[in-house]
This record gives sequence, structure tokens and C-alpha cells, in this order.
Amino acid sequence: MTLDMFIQHFFNALTLGSLYGLIAIGYTMVYGILRLINFAHGDIFMVSAYFVFFGIALLNLPWVAAVLLSIAGTAFFGVLVDRIAYKPLREAPRISALISAIGVSFFIENICLVLFTGVPKPMPRYDPLVTVMQLGGARILPLAIFVPAMTFILVAGLLWMLYKTPPGLAMRAISVDIETTRLMGVKVDRIIALTFAIGSALAAAAGIMWALRYPQIHPFMGVFPGFKAFIAAVFGGIGSVQGAMIGGLLLGFLEIMLVAFFPALSGYRDAFAFVLLILILFVKPTGLMGEKLEDKI
Amino acid sequence: MKYGKKIAAALLFVLVTAGAAMAADIVKIGVYLPVTGGNAIGGQLEWNGVKLANKETPTVLGKKVQLVFVDNKSDKVEAANAVKRLVEKEKVNAIIGTYGSSLAMAGGEVAEKAQVPMVGTSCTNPLVTQGKKFSFRVCFIDPFQGAGAAAFARNVLKAKTAACLIEVTEDYSVGLASFFERSFKKDGGQVVAKLNYQKGDQDFTAQLTEIISKKPDVLYIPANFAEGAIIMRQARELGAKFRILGGDAMDNPEIVKIGGQSVEGFSYTTFAYAPEMPNMNPTQKKFTANWRKAYTDKDPNALAACGYDAYMLILDAIKRAKSTEPVKIAAALAATKNFPGVTGITTINATHDAEKSIGIMQIKNGKRIFLTVVNPK
Repeated sequence: MTLDMFIQHFFNALTLGSLYGLIAIGYTMVYGILRLINFAHGDIFMVSAYFVFFGIALLNLPWVAAVLLSIAGTAFFGVLVDRIAYKPLREAPRISALISAIGVSFFIENICLVLFTGVPKPMPRYDPLVTVMQLGGARILPLAIFVPAMTFILVAGLLWMLYKTPPGLAMRAISVDIETTRLMGVKVDRIIALTFAIGSALAAAAGIMWALRYPQIHPFMGVFPGFKAFIAAVFGGIGSVQGAMIGGLLLGFLEIMLVAFFPALSGYRDAFAFVLLILILFVKPTGLMGEKLEDKI
Repeated sequence: MKYGKKIAAALLFVLVTAGAAMAADIVKIGVYLPVTGGNAIGGQLEWNGVKLANKETPTVLGKKVQLVFVDNKSDKVEAANAVKRLVEKEKVNAIIGTYGSSLAMAGGEVAEKAQVPMVGTSCTNPLVTQGKKFSFRVCFIDPFQGAGAAAFARNVLKAKTAACLIEVTEDYSVGLASFFERSFKKDGGQVVAKLNYQKGDQDFTAQLTEIISKKPDVLYIPANFAEGAIIMRQARELGAKFRILGGDAMDNPEIVKIGGQSVEGFSYTTFAYAPEMPNMNPTQKKFTANWRKAYTDKDPNALAACGYDAYMLILDAIKRAKSTEPVKIAAALAATKNFPGVTGITTINATHDAEKSIGIMQIKNGKRIFLTVVNPK
């Protein structure tokens, strides 16, 4: 392998890994607070890409405005999913909420299939981010640098919010003990809604960047990135924001480097990700950063 | 009782043969196609093609050819019933049909038991003729397109090396790629890289970086249009200069919308007939002109040509067999060599599938154009 090829693979992996990480954070936040795997997360991710598409195609919005509208719309959509599908089950056994999550996931996919048809839609291009740059022998998109940078900023902002602001404190408190937090006078439902809003907004950011990188939008586009991000979240230690980010990056690098060093195994790329999930569950069920699972979100 | 059944069967047989002998001055060709239901559009085009062929050539061996039509309603059970009616009640000498591989499989079972040859129009799934003595088809099977792409790469593009990017979870993709590899190597080319991906994948950068480092002259991607368009986009973004080829699953206008500039010059295989194709041979010219006279409201297409060719192929077999007996027609069909059809020079191979010319389409200035026709070896 030449150095140019390695640089090429490195940036491919960095982009993919950052996107996995960004989606994984949404899983980890909801899990940290409610102990619920929000299986609809991948579909919320998909909805954000459609928001951008329709913002530009139907409302003729400029690109940046469409993106902001999409992030706001997706955050609202995430809160709506919680209100309709999870809130009524807050006191029910955890398995009920999990099954509801799976149901919501299928529901969103199929309603989108009916509304938007299964024909993939092209993601509108945003030229400053997708014009190829030459870097030595490697060719990268500005997106390959923009995505990790954006992800870093968003995660830093999220950590600041969690550790330095009152709602962040409330979130961390809920993740430890929801009932006691309620007794302390915290409006728990509002904080949970905020969690879903933030998680979904991050999914929207990831969805939009994903669709810029892989420019086709269809109702099932969230399924595989959703699975992969879930693996990343478990890998990093579900419940931990930093863990989700690290898990996402590692998964991205492992997947790309598997193909880079063993081209013959390229068909096993997805299988490899799932084997990794099983191994992690066997060897270290709490994940890389999951030691102090209880007091982190 | 057992003997009774056997005697009845023998009697029936005598009656059947006698019936066929009495109707010796006409040849009956049964046609079962979907002219209603989900496959109606394709079925109607093919039926019009069959009728056009019958109008052009209404006799064979001095006998009048009578078409017996049954609508299979795009339904598997109806398809089986349609063939049953054709062989038992109408006692046809041969059968044409059908559009849709699952319909052809249902009908083929019945024709097989009755020992009446059936010529499929546009059923491209390899299973249709598998293990059947009396099922044939005038179209190529899906994977055969791989051979066409290889012929185009070697003979037209003069490519020496090729790479394949295959969707391992899809029969279609694996089949096309293996035919491509076999033909490309047979023709003296070299396959330098073969990489896989799975259904639903959206990131192909790792595979493409590897392929680009091997510097192939062409990349063959027997993909669905959705994946294909992003593969091409990512390949061009990574600086790939090679030509990219694909199969008929890429025939969708959406690829230009998704792939943009990256799909420019992309070529894919399809049936070797289109009304707008350049350099038509006399058979194709005659078919196109006659169709336009007969059906002024619709353009002819490859499906219509398949219907037409299926009829002509059966007549050709009857002529060579010098007989209208179903079993002899079947034997002659199996021996078909270099039959000049509208959809290309056709040879029926050992598995009863057509090996024939393949059309090459290309994306040029964002439009699909019919580039040329190749004859795979």
C-alpha cells in the first residue's frame, strides 16, 4: 500500500467514522436517560434528509436555510416520536418501550415509502463541500474535513451543555434516578423532550452530511447507518457520549481498513461489524468507556 | 380399475393424435401473455408483436397458422390454467409466452408434462428453462449480459484489464459478473480486481480506492441503479478515469439525477433492439416500418420485438423440422443456430436459452442513447 492510498483510506475512514459517531450519540443519550434503545433513531436520521430535499425542491429555500429548517424540523419530529410512542409507556416494563421503538421504526419507514415512494431522490448538492481537492496523491472532498470538524464542535457543545448548564445537570440526574429527580422539582418530561430534541438534531446533522456524502435519499437509508451507529454506541459503552464518538470512529476505521488491507474480504464488511458487536458483548459488555455507566449519560 | 385407467389413457392418446391429424391443414400456435393486471403493458406490446409477425408470415409448410390467445392476467395460477387450456382443449402445436419469469415458470410446468414446446418472450430468470425439455426462450438470460459487456469492453473499448465491483447478496449481480469475467478472460483480457459489497451499502470508498490502485481499463458494476449511481459518483470523486460498464438494472433516468456528471459515458447492456438505434439491419428496418404502419399510436420496443421473434423462431423450427408435431418442433428449436431475429442473431444453447446480440446503451450529455450492438462469443 502506497502512502497516497493510505491517506485516501484514512480520510474515507475519518468521514465514515465521524458520521457513525454523530448518529451513535443520539442512541447513547436516550439510553443514558431512559434505558431505552431508540430503534427509530435511524429513521429520524432519514427524515432529516427528506426535510432538506423538500425544503429545496418545494420551498426553493437556499441551502443553508433548508439545513437549519431540517434540523429544527427533525428535532421536533424526535420529540413527537417520544410523546406518541414512548411517553405513554414510561411506567411500563422496559421491554414494552423497546417493542414500541421497533414498531415506530417500521411505521416511519413505511409511511415514508407511501408518501415519497421507494425511488431514491437525489440530494441537492452544496458545491463548496463536494468539490474534490487534491492532497498529494489522494483526492478528498472538503466534506471529509468538514464532517469531523463539525462533529467535534457539536460534541464539544453537547458536553458543555451536559456538564455546565442546569438542563445538563438535570439530564445527568435523571440518568441516575428518575424518581428522585422528579421529587427535586425538575420537570422531568420537559428534560426528556429536550434530550430527544438534541439527539434528533444531532441525527439530523449526521443525516444531512451523510446525504451529501452518499447523495441519494430513500426511506430505508437510515436502517444500516442506524445499525452501525448502534454497534458503535455499544462498542464505545452505551450511555457515554465520548464513548459513542470513539466507538463510531473506531468502527469506521476498522471497516475501511479491513477492505484496504484485505480486499478479498470486502463482502464481509458488514458481517465484520456485527461480529465486533458480539465480541464486545462477550468480552466487555459495558463497552470501552462504560465502566461508570450509572453516573454518565 | 387400474387397467381401466390405462385403457382410458390409451384411448385418449389415440383420440388426441387422431384429432391432431384431422386438423392437419392448420397449425395452431397458442399464445399466453398478460394483457391485464400488473404486467399488462409488457404483455400487450408482446402480443402486438406476435400478431404483427403472424400478419407478415401467415403460413408455414403450406398450412395456415392460427393464433390462439389466452390472457394469463399477470397471475401464476391463471398462467398455468392458460397453458392447460391451450394444450388440452385447443391442442396447440407450440406455445408462445410469456412476459414475466414467474408466469413462465408456472406455464412451463404444464407445457413440460404435455410435451408441447414453449418459447418464452422476455422471461430472463435462469430458472425458467432449467431442467426443462420443452421450455425455450427467445431472450437471453440475465447473466448473459455479462458476456455482452465483456465483448464491448474487449472489442469496442479495446480494454486489456478490468475490475468488478459486485453486490454479493444479489444473484443478478453475481451472475452477470461471473459471465463477464469468463468472457473477458476467454477474449484475452485480464481481471485485475474483484471486490464485493452488500445490499444497502452506501460507502464504497474503500473498495474503490483499492480498485483505482490496480489501474484497470474498465470497471464492471452489475449493480442496481440506486447503488450504481453512487458508486460512479464516489469513483469519480476519488479520481477514477476508467470507463464504467453495467447491466440493464441501471436503465433508469434517476441515475443521471443522482450521479450527475459522474455517470457521463457510462455504458450498459440491454436488448439489441430500439426504434432509435443506429445502423438497423434489414430485419429490424422491416419490423419497425411494419409496426409503425400497423400500430400508429405506439412506438415499437424491445418487448414487441421479442414477441415477434418468438413467433418467427417457432416458424423457423417448423420449417426445419418439416413437421408440425410438437416433439419434432421442440427438437428443431433446440438446434436453432444463427437465426436472424429483430433482437439479434440468435442461437439456442444447451440450456435452451438464447445466446444472441446485445445492445449497448450509453449516457451522453445526460441522455440515454443506443450506442451499438455487440455479438458475444
